[in-house]
Amino acid sequence: MSLTIANSIDDVLTALAAGARPIAGGTDLVVGARQGKSPLPDSLVAIDRVAALSEIESVDSQVRIGAGVTHSRLMSDPLIIESYTGLADAAALIGSPSTRNVGTIGGNVMNGSPAMDTGAPLVTLGAVVELRSVGNTRQVALSDLWTGPGRTSANPDELCVYIVIPQAPTSSGSAYVRLEYRRAMEIAVVGAAASVVLAEDGTIASGRVAMTSVAPTIAELVGASEAMTGMTPAEAVTVIASMASDQAVPISDSRGSDRYRRHTIGVMAARALDAATRRATGETIGVPVNRSLGIGAAR
Amino acid sequence: MSEAYELEVNGIPYPINAAMGRSLLSVLRTEVGLTGTKEGCDDCECGACMVLIDDQPVNSCSFLAAQAQGRRVTTVEGILDGDNLHPLQRNLLEEGGVQCGFCTPGMIMSAQALLTRNASPTEEEIRIGLSGNLCRCTGYQRILAAVERTAAEA
Repeated sequence: MSLTIANSIDDVLTALAAGARPIAGGTDLVVGARQGKSPLPDSLVAIDRVAALSEIESVDSQVRIGAGVTHSRLMSDPLIIESYTGLADAAALIGSPSTRNVGTIGGNVMNGSPAMDTGAPLVTLGAVVELRSVGNTRQVALSDLWTGPGRTSANPDELCVYIVIPQAPTSSGSAYVRLEYRRAMEIAVVGAAASVVLAEDGTIASGRVAMTSVAPTIAELVGASEAMTGMTPAEAVTVIASMASDQAVPISDSRGSDRYRRHTIGVMAARALDAATRRATGETIGVPVNRSLGIGAAR
Repeated sequence: MSEAYELEVNGIPYPINAAMGRSLLSVLRTEVGLTGTKEGCDDCECGACMVLIDDQPVNSCSFLAAQAQGRRVTTVEGILDGDNLHPLQRNLLEEGGVQCGFCTPGMIMSAQALLTRNASPTEEEIRIGLSGNLCRCTGYQRILAAVERTAAEA
């Protein structure tokens, strides 16, 4: 097999056009190959030195997160913690310090696992991905990107260059919580993200909820905003919990039965919404919510 | 097919001739000849293979050696202070934080990275810093004590 170390996005796109697959931290690709799931591709292009992929920039009332930004950076970046807190919650829960040092947001999103931690908060924050190939750039909504477990609608010659998130509105907050059996090196049994905008009277003006590990892809809760609008946070939490359990279509596997997941996704959705609304009022709940509020595995 | 490249390990440049799909762990142990870094699960779960790349802990079992070109790789052999034990090594011995010893090199690398970025970590920060490093002997308490003592002495 061959490995090319790219220094620019153009280098990467040329290699992809010639049939190479991208590798950043290798935390999915190399581990998958070692577990025998799929051998390493014949041709790899390393994208971890491309400086343009490692930036977090505010441009035109959006934030553009380079696909190569690591989870360690996301969980400690002041802008992400301040305005996109749910994403920081998720990044802080991934793997261990060593996983977070090399694992990237682009890798998490493009591997398309229904258990990915960054996916649900990105959905609630209205993120899109920017895909680029030689001579072509397009933006794709996450709901159009993920087509099944481990599958995306991106073409093999396309590179995810940025995750683009609209500026967070005032009086908004977000959070991600995960049901877990241990506090590190864990995969979500289920997880839920919420983002909300509060009206001046403290009721919910709008909001979104998304769910991890209860469907073939990360799933947005349909009708959540309409259901919550005008409610107090306490009222909304009850309604959203029941909607989440209703809409979940989980599988049974070694991490949990479908019945268990259907119940606990409601609990997690309620906790995510509670934390998001508290943050929207200006309350500081440290990242990640799981540790700050004692959700998930005990010590 | 093997390819020639160079790796800087513990400040020393090593010429490497290895297939591009080889892990950093495998190249460190069999090409560079430094066997302090251990193969535990070879599956990115246990942390026995922990090394530092540009001072950040990384599981070397699932990181391609060729991707470490041009970066500073530090293994447990690289933290000795001349012929003297590193304070973490000494304190792990004195606190009883070493039993079979297989996790120890990885623990040391994670702890060293933690103490470099946070000279006085809380117990919770030490637990998070060492998460991803499994020990099946000690029950962790004595390892925590060794890291706390090292921080207190510094």
